[in-house]
Amino acid sequence: MKKQQIVDLSVGLFMIAGFFAFAVLAINVSGLTDFISTKGYHVSAEFTNIGGLKVRAPVTVAGVKIGEVTNIELQPEQLNAKVTMLLNKNRQIPYEDSSARILTEGLLGSNYISIIPGFEDADPQHPYLKDGDVIAKTQEAIILENLIGQLLFSINKK
Amino acid sequence: MLEQISQLGRYGSQFLQQIGQSGIFLFRVFIRKPDFKRLWPDLRAQLFFIGVLSCLIIIVSGLFIGMVVGLQGYNTLEKFGADTQLGQLLALSIARELGPVISALLFAGRAGSALTAEIGLMKATDQLASMDMMGVDPLGRVIYPRFLAGLIALPLLSLIFSAVAIYGGYFIGVQWLGIDAGSFWSNMQSAVNFRLDVLSGIIKSIVFAFVLVWIAVFQGNNCVPTAEGISNATTKTVVYSSLSVLGLDFLLTAMMIGGW
Repeated sequence: MKKQQIVDLSVGLFMIAGFFAFAVLAINVSGLTDFISTKGYHVSAEFTNIGGLKVRAPVTVAGVKIGEVTNIELQPEQLNAKVTMLLNKNRQIPYEDSSARILTEGLLGSNYISIIPGFEDADPQHPYLKDGDVIAKTQEAIILENLIGQLLFSINKK
Repeated sequence: MLEQISQLGRYGSQFLQQIGQSGIFLFRVFIRKPDFKRLWPDLRAQLFFIGVLSCLIIIVSGLFIGMVVGLQGYNTLEKFGADTQLGQLLALSIARELGPVISALLFAGRAGSALTAEIGLMKATDQLASMDMMGVDPLGRVIYPRFLAGLIALPLLSLIFSAVAIYGGYFIGVQWLGIDAGSFWSNMQSAVNFRLDVLSGIIKSIVFAFVLVWIAVFQGNNCVPTAEGISNATTKTVVYSSLSVLGLDFLLTAMMIGGW
């Protein structure tokens, strides 16, 4: 009886330790809490060139991550890239005049989207971005090769 | 010359026969309807034997592997001035690869070999045959609870391994080498995706658990019932398990990176 209890107890502790490790991996390591508790809303933006932007790239406001890119597709008629992103529900971005830019982390880092919020009191009917909205003002990715090319060109002209 | 070719053919057909036998064996183990009320005492005892007793080796090796990856990673990343990315390196390499694979290899050595030896000895001393004679199905009574226990235990063990290894790396990186704790965790959290990294590690360890226990109980059940036969079967279990874990790991990683 005594030994049986020890076996039971240790099996129970083993199972608890396993689930605890799972919780550590889910919450502490992968930071799951951001997106699972608050379902986000999808917003899209059209860029003429997205550079090296990839799905799962972060979307930031003032450098703080508020969401991530969920889909990138080429639009057949305009031949530009439509980027869909999932933003955290409790982060409200003004609809009017907000713009999205593709920036690079550091000089050679990966690309991310930075949203610059517009004015809050522009339109009382539609103050904030909501699901399915399109951010109208965008700025394409800055591509290092193009910059170097322009620089060399302007140096040669002088 | 002709003799050697036919020898090769015999080996090939024996190999195929073994695979076929193990497939039929697996089918016969899993065809039953589980009666958890009667299964539970056996399952519990096996979980203790396979899971709890493997905890120590898993925790100790997880701690040391995390510490080694932390130390090696720090020394390499420091050359690029990217030492705050240590958290990312550590969590991705452990959650995706090292956690499932190394705990599976340890599990094969610690629990798989023991399962084979136990079942092999049961067969050699005619315990399985006498069970059969008494009308107790040895597959349901002996093999099935061990199979289930292995399937439950290895994923839990590899989760424990991963968590302990990440804290081992944290200990080295933050407490000893002085990386900022905030950037360690935030870089890790922004890089690790739950579904793509943590969940795919868990899927890997479930697949490994299935294959490892399958090999172990099949080798035990299929061994030549002599002292030499049991030792052969135990060796085969460890060798086949390790090779199949590493091979499957490549396959699964290729599938996961390819995006299924």
